[in-house]
Amino acid sequence: MLSRVADSLYWMSRYLERAENTVRQLDVTMSLLLDSSETTAETRWQRLLTSLGNPVGVEWNGDMDSMTKMLIFDGTNSASVTTCLNAARENARQVREEISTEQWQRLNRLYHQIHSPHAQAQFGSNLNDFLASIVDGIHLFKGVSDTTMIHGEGWQFIRLGRYLERAYATATLLEVYQESLLDMQDQTGSGYRYLELVGLLRCCTSFEAYCQVYTADLSADRILEFLLLNRDFPHALRYSIDGVRQSIEAIQLNGGRRPPDELMATAGRLHAMLRYTTITEILDGNPGAFLHSIRQQCQQIHELLYRYYVQYSIQSALAVQG
Amino acid sequence: MSPSQSAENGTESDERDSKAAKIESLFRDYLIDGAYDEMRTPDGGIRPHYQALIETLASLPHEELMRRKQSADLSFLTQGITFTVYGRDEGTERIFPYDLLPRLISGDEWERIERGLTQRITALNHFLRDIYGEAKILADKVVPRDIVYSCKHYRRQMCGLQVPRNVYIAVVGSDLLRLRTGEFVVLEDNLRVPSGVSYMLTNRRVMKRTFPQLFHSYGVRPIEHYPQLLLNTLRSLAPEGRPEPNIVLLTPGVYNSAYFEHTYLARQMGIDLVEGRDLVTHDNIVYMRTTDGLKRVDVIYRRVDDDFSDPLVFRADSGLGCAGLFNAYRAGNVTVTNAFGTGLADDKAMYAYVPDIIKYYLDEDPILNNVKTYLLTEPASRQHVLQNLDKLVVKAVGESGGYGMLIGPQSTVAQREEFARAIEANPRNYIAQPTLDFSRAPCLFGSHLEPRHVDLRPYVLFGDKVNIVPGGLTRVALEKGSLVVNSSQGGGSKDTWILE
Repeated sequence: MLSRVADSLYWMSRYLERAENTVRQLDVTMSLLLDSSETTAETRWQRLLTSLGNPVGVEWNGDMDSMTKMLIFDGTNSASVTTCLNAARENARQVREEISTEQWQRLNRLYHQIHSPHAQAQFGSNLNDFLASIVDGIHLFKGVSDTTMIHGEGWQFIRLGRYLERAYATATLLEVYQESLLDMQDQTGSGYRYLELVGLLRCCTSFEAYCQVYTADLSADRILEFLLLNRDFPHALRYSIDGVRQSIEAIQLNGGRRPPDELMATAGRLHAMLRYTTITEILDGNPGAFLHSIRQQCQQIHELLYRYYVQYSIQSALAVQG
Repeated sequence: MSPSQSAENGTESDERDSKAAKIESLFRDYLIDGAYDEMRTPDGGIRPHYQALIETLASLPHEELMRRKQSADLSFLTQGITFTVYGRDEGTERIFPYDLLPRLISGDEWERIERGLTQRITALNHFLRDIYGEAKILADKVVPRDIVYSCKHYRRQMCGLQVPRNVYIAVVGSDLLRLRTGEFVVLEDNLRVPSGVSYMLTNRRVMKRTFPQLFHSYGVRPIEHYPQLLLNTLRSLAPEGRPEPNIVLLTPGVYNSAYFEHTYLARQMGIDLVEGRDLVTHDNIVYMRTTDGLKRVDVIYRRVDDDFSDPLVFRADSGLGCAGLFNAYRAGNVTVTNAFGTGLADDKAMYAYVPDIIKYYLDEDPILNNVKTYLLTEPASRQHVLQNLDKLVVKAVGESGGYGMLIGPQSTVAQREEFARAIEANPRNYIAQPTLDFSRAPCLFGSHLEPRHVDLRPYVLFGDKVNIVPGGLTRVALEKGSLVVNSSQGGGSKDTWILE
């Protein structure tokens, strides 16, 4: 597969995952603000912005409506949902011949949805419905991708992008929230604490899944255990990194002229760490540093991916050419 | 009310209408004058091969016709058959306008077109080989030297270069018109990067779905194998010693107006669609960057203009091509087709010499004639043209797509003055032709038919031998009275049925 094509599929997928993440976190923040807990709107927005990676040019201005609009519609700000969807569609357009018609139509519909004049009206009248419809559109795209595309190299790059973006976003989110989460340990029984914890789970669409495993007995260490180390839940870090690792292996099997040893090792190491560490070990150590190191390793995987598949030097490739 | 409901209500009463009255109603507002009409004879009758089409139309209730039109529209939309309109931020893709009625051409007429184009393309290929080789035709003074060396598409870099199998023009789309007399003539040859073949193919697919029985009853010759023929043509031109050649289509990218066609052809042929940035050269070998390292490229079907193909040899400010491509081509390690510098032979001034070129290389008379052309470098012709600008069509020689053109009878005084000045300043840059009364074909507007001007662009492939799929793109000037069929200027297209 052409490197450029792999690159476009990978980024198309990352941008969609990013848009979905932003929408979900925004939705949770807005609904937590309905309750008058001690946490101020400013704190919540600062936290939201930090967990979205502190997008350039977006700062808390005291006006929630304009902030929300900025994060959704502002095409000039690189973190907005609109920017992410534009970028996903542009990447897809560059590889039209590689994706299925159904995928293209899905993505196109989503693009036109957010750009239509109705979007602003719906945003004003019912924010929840509006945000839900965007997430629906992205879910439909993923479903169509899985059912209409050959599960070959291109599909693996799409999957790789999705899970790497998700792992990075989840690690960032937990890094931002872990301190306040662990501080609240002693406030058992408070209604606000409960809402806080549900909110965090909902950021990762994992409230119901959590309850199935641990019942509705919410505690900070179990939540961290679930979101970090669960094997079977698609938004858990361990699951996401396993997805990354599997896709890298599948891609490697396709080619094999230049085995990406370092890339496989990095992904494998990260996966092994998440697989064999216990939550007690993490909490006894420094959870913040642990999460930070996961983010760094995700970044490293991305860079190695580029070095092996996209931006490799011509000299190194010619050497293999023989 | 949905269209299907209205169809049910209308069917019975429509059937009671007599066929003659129905045909009469189809033909209200149908202009017949001196121009050749593809369907009707000068006295208002219907040409025999159009009879079945008209009867089918007359037998369909209006609502049913509308339903078919809508379903065809939808089919174009969902297949994403679009072209790019320049200069807009959003919604840059538009559906290519089309007309629902096929244009019919009899087998005998087609046979002549096929022979004529084969002869013409063969001669033009000889001409390119000669010009970039020994240039005998110049020594023999059949074509004047200055017209060759002043052509902006002449490429000195091609001199003395042996191209694979001596094929310069593997993919050609010549534009034909039918004159008042019914005779087909060649208006221009597109020897650089002709486009539109994807519309020919998708029009056919939609038409087969829209009028299945009619299509079957006509015995239309198939064109669907074009991508396979193109692939075979490209394969036949691969460098020696590359039995399993890696063939790619080189596109300028997503902002090119024909990007849809590039993706379509790549998908239909099952080859990679590459951009300049995907290619690198090393030791005069072209590679593409893949996830599995560098992969050697053997044949490039080039949809990028000469100027933008290699910044080391042509325009240095181009990012669309691949540095070193030309040298790899020169070394014979990669086939690029069409070859560079082929625009020399489709220059609009060179066009005037094509009959002489055919005579010179093949010793035959042209089967398809040219349109009368005034070369403005000749003082007598120039004088005549300048005095008759309001009756003539003036074209810039190096342009295509309907740009840089003056249509005398439809022009303003100011436009004519502007062209007169431009001609005086650079006579080599323009030619003039009589305003052609070329043929019209029936098009469907609402519930009745109106004639519109049409041309015909058949697609010629030249590898081991000349291959022309029986058909082509019939382009239509959809605006009433308009003579311009280019899609960039409000033209549309229709399917072309060559009958057995």
